[in-house]
Amino acid sequence: MLGLYRIRPNITVSSKVFIQRDYSSGTICKFQTKFPSELESRIDKQQFEETIQTLNNLYAEAEKLGGKSYLEGCLACLTAYTIFLCMETHYEKVLKKIARYIKDQNEKIYAPRGLLLTDPIERGLRVVEITIFEDRSIGSGR
Amino acid sequence: SGCSPCPPPPPAAAPLPPPPRRLRPFNTLDPLPSSDPDPPCEGSRSPRKKWQVFPGRNRFYCDGRIMMARQTGVFYLTLVLILLTCGLFFTFDCPFLASNLTPAIPAVGGVLFIFVMGMLFRASFSDPGILPRATPDEAADLERQIDSAGCSRPPPRTREVLINGQAVKLKYCFTCKIFRPPRASHCSLCDNCVERFDHHCPWVGNCVGRRNYRFFYLFILSLSLLTVFIFAFVITHVILNPSQSLTLLCTVLEVVVCFFSIWSIVGLSGFHTYLISSNQTTNEDIKGSWSTKRGKDNYNPYSYGNILTNCCAALCGPLPPSLIDRRGLIQSGTPQTVSQSNGTSNSSYASTQLHSNMVGEGRRHTARY
Repeated sequence: MLGLYRIRPNITVSSKVFIQRDYSSGTICKFQTKFPSELESRIDKQQFEETIQTLNNLYAEAEKLGGKSYLEGCLACLTAYTIFLCMETHYEKVLKKIARYIKDQNEKIYAPRGLLLTDPIERGLRVVEITIFEDRSIGSGR
Repeated sequence: SGCSPCPPPPPAAAPLPPPPRRLRPFNTLDPLPSSDPDPPCEGSRSPRKKWQVFPGRNRFYCDGRIMMARQTGVFYLTLVLILLTCGLFFTFDCPFLASNLTPAIPAVGGVLFIFVMGMLFRASFSDPGILPRATPDEAADLERQIDSAGCSRPPPRTREVLINGQAVKLKYCFTCKIFRPPRASHCSLCDNCVERFDHHCPWVGNCVGRRNYRFFYLFILSLSLLTVFIFAFVITHVILNPSQSLTLLCTVLEVVVCFFSIWSIVGLSGFHTYLISSNQTTNEDIKGSWSTKRGKDNYNPYSYGNILTNCCAALCGPLPPSLIDRRGLIQSGTPQTVSQSNGTSNSSYASTQLHSNMVGEGRRHTARY
């Protein structure tokens, strides 16, 4: 479990930052890598950009058009899409990978800094929501 | 905190926190850290599923597995027409054709019929690509951004984005409180924003969007083939075996249905084949979004450049999952603490909790439909 929440019971939500989608490459799922000013005191820019860039790469992998996705599509069509009753789509597999990555990032990097990343799929792939926590017991936010 | 049937809360010093994905913002008004999120503490009410509080005008069946538009009358008409015509064909024409020509005819007919029904159900019952509405926090954040952009005149509710060199305007949706992604549109019948919105099809009883376009296309394509197939073999039957009045009546009915269907459905298939090959939606085509009449340099930024890639992308590309998590459980917040609010922001926390729980937290079911 996250040490942050075990040892600091008086944390509250200070604010939320929303990283919006970047549509410059079309409709593919991609988030803006611009560093929001609210996070300047909490995390360094490079770390943040690396997280977002990795997320973008993972989503690109999910939506990639190529031999493998075409094969999956054709096979699905031939079985009248019943194959997905027993098999996961490639997109779903990557989404699970993304969920694991976000959990990992939260535990290692964001929670110790009083931040929490919300998986974009829980916000309809519209935004990456970053919750900024403050520790009232200590007085000033960490 | 007043839940008598619940077990006594753990000591306040070291409560075990829930895993981060289900972590809700701690309610600033509740001094006890053990504000229990578990449904049994709320009383005997069983946890509700998200589809039960879905804000759009959709209907859900089979505990959220099936979703359709509100008006489904025309869909039942489609079903009746297909089932009736095929039923008559298999009952009255196939025995003759199987024995006098070849049993492959009813076999092929059967396969086509099953494929048509499968694609129809898939197109009608699945999520077309609905975008969930913004949580109150997101909406407030966007409003702040919009208002800070304009001073005295009405703030701009559009954003311009350059996609592959083409300027595209993103519009703000007042109902869903989001800036619509490119190619998304708000369906007024279903009251939802749908990704890659094609059109709302009353025959299918649902919107046609990113997630069910290929099913819709395969439905109309296979239905065209089935209609032509039935039409041809009914005519063959009549020619080879001029027959009694009952069979003649059925034959006339089948011929009439098929004749009118062929004109409309084959035409529609042709139109959608053109749309797929140029990677446009019906919506864009009707508005002439990428037409050169708008400007010499106007082109479709989403097209992959060649017909084959466009077709493969539309029909065999990866199928994105549903974004609305219909069958997930709502993790009930604690809205009753809103009455103790000592500031306007606190009331939004409770609604944030309720809304964010509704929209996303705790995805327990991967919705594939």
